[in-house]
Amino acid sequence: MTATSERAVGQPLRRIEGPDKVTGAARYAAEYQVGDDLAYGWVAQSPVAGGTLTGVTVDPLVEADDVLAVLWHGNAPRLAEGDDPELAVLQSDRISYRGQALALVVARTLEAARAAAASLQLSIDPSPADTVLSFARDDLYTPEKVNPDFPSETSTGDVSAAFDAAPVRVDVTYSTPALHNSPMEPHATTALWEGDELVLYDSNQHPPGVAATLATLFELPPERVHVITEHVGGGFGSKGTARPNAVLAAMAARVTGRPVRLALPRQALFSMVGHRTPTIQQLRLGATPDGKLTAIDHLAVAHTSRLFEFAEQTAVTTRHLYEAPAVRTGHRLARLDMPTPRWMRAPGEAPGMVGLECAMDELAIALSLDPIELRVRNASSSLLTDCLRHGADRFGWHDRDPRPRQRRDGDWWIGTGVASATYPAMVQPSTARARRLSTGDYEVSIAAADLGTGARTVLTQIAADALDVPHDRVRVRIGDSTLPFASVAGGSSGTASWGWAVTGACRALRDSGGSDEATFDSSDLVEQLNQEGKHAYGAHFAEVRVDAVTGEVRVTRLYGLYAAGRILNPRTARSQFIGGMTMGMGMALHEEGVLDPNVGTWVNHDLAEYHVPTHADIESITAEWLDDAGEGQNPMGSKGIGEIGIVGSPAAIVNAVWHATGVRVRDLPVRLDKLLPHL
Amino acid sequence: MDLVVNGDRHTLEMDPRTTLLDALREHLGLTGAKKGCDHGQCGACTVLLEGRRVNSCLILAVTLDGASVTTVEGLAHPVQEKFLEHDGFQCGYCTPGQICSSVGMLDEALSDDDPPELSDAEIRERMSGNLCRCGAYPNIVRAIREVAAR
Amino acid sequence: MKTFTYRTATALDDGLEPGATFLAGGTNLVDLMKLGVATPEVLVDVTKLPLDEVTDLPDGGLRIGAGVRNSDLAAHPRVRRDYPVLSQAVLAGASGQLRNMATTGGNLLQRTRCRYFMDATMPCNKHSPGSGCPARSGDHRNLAILGGSSSCIATHPSDMAVALTALDAVVQVSGPAGARSFPLGDLYLLPGETPHREFTLEHGELITAVDLPGGSGSSAYRKVRDRASYAFAVGSVAAVLTVAEGTVTDVRLAFGAVAPKPWRAHAAEEALRGRPATRESFLAAADAELAAAEPLRDNAFKITLIRNLVASVLEGLS
Repeated sequence: MTATSERAVGQPLRRIEGPDKVTGAARYAAEYQVGDDLAYGWVAQSPVAGGTLTGVTVDPLVEADDVLAVLWHGNAPRLAEGDDPELAVLQSDRISYRGQALALVVARTLEAARAAAASLQLSIDPSPADTVLSFARDDLYTPEKVNPDFPSETSTGDVSAAFDAAPVRVDVTYSTPALHNSPMEPHATTALWEGDELVLYDSNQHPPGVAATLATLFELPPERVHVITEHVGGGFGSKGTARPNAVLAAMAARVTGRPVRLALPRQALFSMVGHRTPTIQQLRLGATPDGKLTAIDHLAVAHTSRLFEFAEQTAVTTRHLYEAPAVRTGHRLARLDMPTPRWMRAPGEAPGMVGLECAMDELAIALSLDPIELRVRNASSSLLTDCLRHGADRFGWHDRDPRPRQRRDGDWWIGTGVASATYPAMVQPSTARARRLSTGDYEVSIAAADLGTGARTVLTQIAADALDVPHDRVRVRIGDSTLPFASVAGGSSGTASWGWAVTGACRALRDSGGSDEATFDSSDLVEQLNQEGKHAYGAHFAEVRVDAVTGEVRVTRLYGLYAAGRILNPRTARSQFIGGMTMGMGMALHEEGVLDPNVGTWVNHDLAEYHVPTHADIESITAEWLDDAGEGQNPMGSKGIGEIGIVGSPAAIVNAVWHATGVRVRDLPVRLDKLLPHL
Repeated sequence: MDLVVNGDRHTLEMDPRTTLLDALREHLGLTGAKKGCDHGQCGACTVLLEGRRVNSCLILAVTLDGASVTTVEGLAHPVQEKFLEHDGFQCGYCTPGQICSSVGMLDEALSDDDPPELSDAEIRERMSGNLCRCGAYPNIVRAIREVAAR
Repeated sequence: MKTFTYRTATALDDGLEPGATFLAGGTNLVDLMKLGVATPEVLVDVTKLPLDEVTDLPDGGLRIGAGVRNSDLAAHPRVRRDYPVLSQAVLAGASGQLRNMATTGGNLLQRTRCRYFMDATMPCNKHSPGSGCPARSGDHRNLAILGGSSSCIATHPSDMAVALTALDAVVQVSGPAGARSFPLGDLYLLPGETPHREFTLEHGELITAVDLPGGSGSSAYRKVRDRASYAFAVGSVAAVLTVAEGTVTDVRLAFGAVAPKPWRAHAAEEALRGRPATRESFLAAADAELAAAEPLRDNAFKITLIRNLVASVLEGLS
């Protein structure tokens, strides 16, 4: 064994798969060569938001030479019941949302599949659709739990009395629109049956989870489903579980006896793979004149679908970020004729902190108190205080004139804003295996997925240190469901969870006294852990300019300072932080699903109309971190960093827009037409 | 029809509906060019056609008889190393398009009668046809800037 | 995408068989074919025709071949020098890649980005005559405030065409019945009761060139969009202005993203000619044009936006 003088963890190692990604060699789910008889699937989606599919008529003249199968509930193979009703594709005549998969065409060519799918005659008995979320609905209900397993309601103290008695009060309603994850790689699967074994090249965040789900649906022993997920073109939550593409591809492959490739068209991602629910949030804050919070009341309304209850944890952060004697939070849901909302980067925290952190800004104004000072006086964590104070220094907050609409440069109003950030530090059970190879190198295996987080790279660093060898002697194998079980790449928990298992396996091998292989399962240790109250913290600062002529908003500076455990790889960590902040900018200024209730769907369902930030939108964006080693509760001392960048950054921008213009926008995104009448 | 891809001549017979992108990915096994939107709205499919950057998803292959195409697989350009150095990607799915686009963009600037100064703002505007949902934009701009400065 | 046959045009007066469409850069047509919104039976590729030159005209003007790619047009030395409004407008549109593909003729003939038109499963009087217009009660934030009808409020999405409209461009057309030319404004039809009829070209007529007159005033284009780049306009203004001793002697104004066609602001021009080149006159001129606006629930902001833009652009030029 070679002793290393420098530990790999903490070094800015370049991405291990980087050379493959910059040369086009990296293969994604729809890119595997699987034989000469590959067939292509194309989904026919529902053009109505509710109703019954009574028949599908195939024009025998359309693509007749190339169509291999047209599947719908009238002829599709029966699936066993699973946990997720949206995966029961082509199993019933019921239409629950616009865009639902109603039929699947399988053809010899992509062109034929698409044309034949477009030519299908879908006979539908439509029913009226109910798609509008509002606080005034009389059918709102309180879910039992909110994602993933939090109580729906909490209350300490007498919030109503405390609020009524508070000398300074803010009572505001904020809303956030439906948002779409929009990873650059659309959800895709290449499926084939090798005898009784189902092989899926699938783009997802959890290969073992997808394998287990498909095994259930197709009534196979779990070991007979093999999910390969070597590279994933982003997911941001939308690939956390199997999506209909995987089920449809497997079904089509079984029916046709061929490998089948099904890559969803971009437009289908706006209905078939999940989205972030719109929210409407009522916030009531009460404080003493010197800025001590006395009452916090946060009630959030979101939607779920007719198929499945997904309850986003919008108000959960409000339970712990600030201290007050009376705190109440709650969630209400409406069941709509819409697709089921799912995870999107920081579900709960991201929209919830728009409400809380903008309301805090309004409270600071009402108090004539600096918004950083208000937060510091009420922060529940000294880490948050550190981020706010040090961030203010580094951003250059102190010369700020607190009054709005004071700085002007030509046509531009200029302002700055701040918001806190936090995200839970989670760990989940995982298993890893370490092997000594005959070459003297080491192979470390775990069924994790790298969606661009840098998992492959950071696990290599972790393994190298645990084995006490240079990192170039470690080969990490991930992205394959047959490897030892890994938890989902979600909840910013991947590195903490997989790294723990990898550390355990590598240490076990190192300490084994000559074994060639060791396996480590972290389940028992993770279950003993008290994870409550463990969080990463941060502070976001924004400088914006708003064109007085047009209402256009530009973010001239976006700065984040984090206390997020030990940073294991500064190069990839920085990219994670700024990536989250960039998506936060999109949330503040650009992104929204525009609902037309008359047609029952979002009408901007492509990347020309659903605006994510472009190169030109990112003028200056910086992420730094404080030393927070030892806080993380795993062998690496890390906390999750994938999501905290989008928590609070939208509010910092909204608050900066107010400071620039004096205009308070309470319904995101901050579009120019909301500002223009007031400039 | 004949198509020269990365210097190799291919004789193809295909559906007139087949786009250049699908020809590359499904017929020639060159999956470097990515399908992100299939409608010219993301830039992931960017390749160089006769040296100029284009969206291969909106070009029918049948119109390209005799043309010469360069994909990321055919590039050996300093910007690729700079992407590695500055972490100009995360998931990697937009990356081949970003790289082909930056190579085309640098050539456009060099061959301009009145060459522009490639400031960061100028690079950002010229690269805005390539979306990156992971938000690697500042790293990509840094990579391109260092090549442009040579 | 439905099947079609493909052929290459060999002459300007080749014409078109029934059900056929010309294909140039393809950036809009191929997009719409994939969406099932355009369903040509024959595609006639005109990119092999010799239409890709920019040439000087004897009167000092410029002839732009219909096949000239957007990026080449924007970078042409004479366009940069004499028609900055045009160069700016082209560069404000689309992306570097798309501008390398899109042609001058194709740009003029591009279809609306109305979200209902772009989705074949939606009702739309333009792609499915008689099916109705969901936009009036639905999503119309970025649709027309001028020139629309009860049947259609789609906007023309081009930036380039707005600049060409302000430059008094003339369209050269060739077809089986011969060649003809007309002002660019006459290329477009307002929707009225027949929003599926958008252009005055006869079937088989091909745009061969766009002519610009010489001797323009100073000019500029300003585009406003929902993100910093790579987005269609929410509103835009192209202006050509000549001021002598503080008085507007000549002005041409066109608005983008507010009407079914690039909107030549004749009323504003009339209100401004001979008036002092001041912010007050500019605003009054904008008001003269925008008095005809018929905004709906969510697009009235465009009135303020265009008004502000007119004043800002003209102030910048004077």
